[in-house]
Amino acid sequence: MRDAFAQEMTRLAAKRTDLALLSGDIGNRMFDRYKQVAPERFFNCGIAEANMMSVAAGMALSGLRPVIYTIAPFTTTRCLEQIRVGVAYHQAPVVIVGTGSGLSYAELGPTHHSLEDMAIMRTLPGLNVLAPADSAELVAQLRQALDAPHPTYMRIGKKGEPSLHSKSAELGIGKANLLREGSDLLVVGVGPILDEALQAAETVAQDGVSVAVASLSGVKPLDTAFLDAMAKRFQSWISLEEHGITGGLGSALLEWLSERKGTPVSLKRLGVPDAYLHELGNQSYTRCQLGLDAAGLAESIRQELVA
Amino acid sequence: MIGAPPSPISVAELSATALTLRQRLVTTSATAKIPHLGSCLSCVELLVALYWQELRIDPAQPEDPDRDRFLLSKGHGAPILFKVLAERGFFPLERLEDFGKAGSVFHEHPPKPGYIPGVEAATGSLGHGLPMALGMALAARIQQRPTRCYALLSDGECNEGSIWEAALLAASQKVHSLTAIIDFNKWQATGRSQEVMALDPLAAKWEAFGWHAQEIDGHDFEAIAAALAAARAETERPSVIVAHTVKGKGVSFMEDDNNWHYRTPNSEELAAALAELEPF
Repeated sequence: MRDAFAQEMTRLAAKRTDLALLSGDIGNRMFDRYKQVAPERFFNCGIAEANMMSVAAGMALSGLRPVIYTIAPFTTTRCLEQIRVGVAYHQAPVVIVGTGSGLSYAELGPTHHSLEDMAIMRTLPGLNVLAPADSAELVAQLRQALDAPHPTYMRIGKKGEPSLHSKSAELGIGKANLLREGSDLLVVGVGPILDEALQAAETVAQDGVSVAVASLSGVKPLDTAFLDAMAKRFQSWISLEEHGITGGLGSALLEWLSERKGTPVSLKRLGVPDAYLHELGNQSYTRCQLGLDAAGLAESIRQELVA
Repeated sequence: MIGAPPSPISVAELSATALTLRQRLVTTSATAKIPHLGSCLSCVELLVALYWQELRIDPAQPEDPDRDRFLLSKGHGAPILFKVLAERGFFPLERLEDFGKAGSVFHEHPPKPGYIPGVEAATGSLGHGLPMALGMALAARIQQRPTRCYALLSDGECNEGSIWEAALLAASQKVHSLTAIIDFNKWQATGRSQEVMALDPLAAKWEAFGWHAQEIDGHDFEAIAAALAAARAETERPSVIVAHTVKGKGVSFMEDDNNWHYRTPNSEELAAALAELEPF
């Protein structure tokens, strides 16, 4: 995903003279081509995220479209005050990109996990909170975010994630899409972890269980038209996010459900428990430990349908 | 159109403007119970020098993209900034009759742009204004605009790490169109600024961070003008003007008394203050 981000930024920077890229001293070599295209609009702001965020807000208030790129916890909770005041309150159209979100850097330890970012960021008025599932979704959202009159936070994965969307899917901000059709249960999720859900759906299909999988593409704004349509079709839902269980996608769906009239929906939330992780391994290991890998999800799906 | 800097104004005229602003400020603080009076009184000359002598601005076109930008990084100085903007013609003075009233946009800190003409950024949470001004200066460089950017900081604000992050980036980027002015009144909310955090030697710190640093008497109009001119002449480094000031300047019983960080004058104190602020 991060390579898709760098490529799209390079392409856009060649076309748009208002685009600026601010990096928190990461992405070694990743932006070499961007720097060839727009050297005067690339800023390595150092390991100083608070300043970087306010600098971006100042640029945006002067008519530029700055994009900030660093590791998810450092571009969110590390400089939350600067996002709240400089970006969100001013409605300065900054695009904040958090790379390596969720458990992408699981083995680097809790300092590098981002399991609170969506929960915290979606409390800020006027800030969209996006979590693309694959590179195609990322690119579509990035283009729209750079034309939007308000700021955006986008959490992305690392590299090597598979493509999940079909070529004909209509992608963008606040756009949900079914990645797989089904009839017994709906898994609705955000981010690259949806690949695990697709594998789980394949597994349970062998037992005759038909599971639909949807990418919601973000937690703010929610595609409520899509959700309403799904609520008419599915009674059993599982929400899936590589994020803490508190305050993220599952919580956003519960908030939406609490306001909704109509046939009831049973929602089981899956995510990272409300605890810090100490026994570390890579992303696959950690997902497995937490029951968020394909096998664990298949088991959760079976339990939901039994219950 | 935004053109050349304003034509020179005599020190006598600037002093008269400063006196008028102090009278209005003290009166509003007393009647509307607006605190931070000492912090506002210490930066009156700095603001008057900026708005009447330095900034390339046109109150009739407050959003001209080529304008200079001034950010009140010490956002708690909003009461005096509002007086300055009204007197400079950004909006009618009568609008300030609502200051502090429920439903007014005029309260203790500047709101985001769009509510009060001339206000470039919402500040009040300290340590934001200078980095935002740096972003605006970098934007002007990319856009090839003549804009210069100014931020007025308090000495207490220099406790914030983001100020020093901005100082480092501004120096590496050689943003010579950026000028920081520090209203060094030697106090922060609850103590002597040097005792709370070891600020001294403040100018030398900025110098060591790669800035062109000057120290002046922040109540001396000629010194302020000379320092701003020297900052403008700098072609490599960002500039800082460490302006030595007196908190509560202009009212003898408020000067260097940190109680006036939060206190507002009662009617007797207002009368005594206004008696001292009579023109000579």
